[in-house]
Amino acid sequence: MAVTVIRADESRSFAIGEDLAFGEGNGVVLVGSEAGGQLAAFPSASRDFVAVELGSECLAEHLGLEESEDNVRTVGFARFRMGDAQPTRLVELVKMPWTDPAAVEAARACFENAGLTVAVCEDFAGRIVDRLIRPYLNAVLRRLDDGLASAADMDRTLMLGLGYPEGPLALLKRTGLAAHHDVSAALYQQLADPDFAPARRAQVVAARR
Amino acid sequence: MAIGKVGVAGCGTMGAGIAIVAARAGFETIVLDSRQDALDGARAQTESFLRKSVARGKLAPERLDEIMASWSGTTDVRDLADCDYVIEAIFEELGAKHELFAKLDAICGPDTIFASNTSTISITEIAGGSGRADRFVGMHFCLPAQLMKLVEMSRGMNTSDQTWEKAWKFCAKLGQTAVETKDTPGFILNYFLIPFNNDAIRLVEQGVAEPAEIDKAIKVAMGYPMGPLELLDLVGMDTQRLLSEAMHDLTHEKRAACPAIVKRMIAANRLGKKSGRGFHEYGDTKMFGA
Ligand SMILES: NC(=O)c1ccc[n+]([C@@H]2O[C@H](COP(=O)([O-])OP(=O)(O)OC[C@H]3O[C@@H](n4cnc5c(N)ncnc54)[C@H](O)[C@@H]3O)[C@@H](O)[C@H]2O)c1
Repeated sequence: MAVTVIRADESRSFAIGEDLAFGEGNGVVLVGSEAGGQLAAFPSASRDFVAVELGSECLAEHLGLEESEDNVRTVGFARFRMGDAQPTRLVELVKMPWTDPAAVEAARACFENAGLTVAVCEDFAGRIVDRLIRPYLNAVLRRLDDGLASAADMDRTLMLGLGYPEGPLALLKRTGLAAHHDVSAALYQQLADPDFAPARRAQVVAARR
Repeated sequence: MAIGKVGVAGCGTMGAGIAIVAARAGFETIVLDSRQDALDGARAQTESFLRKSVARGKLAPERLDEIMASWSGTTDVRDLADCDYVIEAIFEELGAKHELFAKLDAICGPDTIFASNTSTISITEIAGGSGRADRFVGMHFCLPAQLMKLVEMSRGMNTSDQTWEKAWKFCAKLGQTAVETKDTPGFILNYFLIPFNNDAIRLVEQGVAEPAEIDKAIKVAMGYPMGPLELLDLVGMDTQRLLSEAMHDLTHEKRAACPAIVKRMIAANRLGKKSGRGFHEYGDTKMFGA
C-alpha cells in the first residue's frame, strides 16, 4: 500500500497540488499547518510510522513528554524554507528520545522516496537550521546597523570567504525580513536567548506589515 | 620591470601565500622571516604551487622563472628598507608586531605604507606602535591567500585618506578583491564565522543531532559548500579555541565563547582532520559521521 497522506490545510512544506510520491509502506504523513490536530485520529501503534508536520513548535507539544503505545512511532517533520522562497530539499525529521528507530528509518525512506534529503534531529526548539542561522542573521542585521561595513561588502565577504551562494542580506531581502522576524521571535519566546530576539531591522519591517 | 616592491614580514601559513600573490602580480617581493628554514620552506612551496598552476593551465610557463626571480627571502629586516608596501604576517602578538614595525619605521622611507594581516588585534593598536599610524592599514587575507581573492581592508583611527586610497589601489594591483570593514574584532568574516561555528558545536554538545546530520542540513538548506563541523575539522579545534578566546575577550559576546567540549576534544587529540579525528573520522580523505 502507498504511504497515506492526510492534508489538514495549507502547508509550508508541500504546496497544494504538489505530487507527493512517498512510496510504499504502512505509514501516514500528516501535512499542513494544523496537522497536529489530526494526530489523535492516527495513533502510531499499528503503523510503520506517523509523521506530523511541524511549524516552529516542538514535537512534544503534540505528543507530550511521556512515551506511550500511541506515540512511539510518531515523528515530526518540517521541510526547511526561508520566508517566501520555495521550500528547499531539506526535511528535518524530529524524533523523541524514545522513538522506535525503525519508525525513524521508515519515515526517512518515505521522504527520500520523494526526492528529499533528510536530517534527523532530537526535539529542540529551532531544530538544526533555524537554531543555527537565526542568531547569525540577527547578528548580521545588528552589525549592519553598527556600520561594520556596507550590505554589499558584508555579503561579498561571506560569499568570497566561505563560498556561500548568496550573502545573508541579499538572502533576507529575497525571502522577507518579516518572515525572519516571525521565526526568530517564536524561537526567542521558546529559548529566552537574546541572540534570537529579532534585530531592529526585522522588527521595523514586521511592524510595518 | 617590477611595478613596485612589496615586503612580506613573516612567511608562515599566511605570509608564504601573500608573497605568492605579490610576486605573481608583478611586484618585486622580499620575504622576511626570523627563521631561515621558514624561508627555505616557503620558497620551495612557492615553486611547487606555481608549477601546479602551470600544469593546470592557470599560469603561462614562462612566468614561472620570472616570478621566482622576483621572490627573495631574507632574515635581515634592513633588506625591506626600500619597499613601497610592507605586509606583516608574523605571530599574533601585539608586542612582537610593535617591535617589528618600530624597526621598519626606522629604515623605510616616509612613503612606505605598512599593513597588518592580523586576525584578532586592532589595526589602530598595532598602528599606534608603528611610528606611522597615518600610513597604516589592515589587510586581512584569507587562507590560502594564493587561492582566495578576498581581502578585508580596514582603516585605523589615524589612517590618512591618501594612505587609504593608495592601499586600496595596491590591493587591486595584487589582483585581490577588497572589501572595507571597520577596525572591530574579527572584521567581517571571523566576527560572523567563529560564533556560528561555536553554535554548531553547541548543538552537538547538547545532543540536538549527530555532526553528519548537522552538516547535511546546513549544506542542503543553505547551499553552503561545507557544513560547519566539516569546516571546523579543517580549522582544527586548537585554532578554534584560540580564535574563540581572542574574540570573546574582546567582545564578551556569549556566542564567541569557546564551548567546553572543544577543550575536551583537544585533550582527547580529536583536533580535526590533522589528527585523523574531530567531529568526523578521517581515513585517507574520506569522511564519516562521528
Ligand atoms: N592562519 C590563518 O588562517 C590566518 C588567516 C588570516 C590572518 N592570519 C594572521 O596572520 C598572521 C600570521 O599568521 P600565520 O598563521 O601565518 O602564523 P605562522 O605561525 O604560521 O607564521 C608566522 C611566521 O612569522 C615568523 N616570525 C615571527 N616573528 C617574527 C619577526 N619578529 N620577524 C620575522 N618573522 C617573524 C615566524 O618564524 C613564522 O614563520 C597573524 O597575525 C594571524 O592572526 C592568520
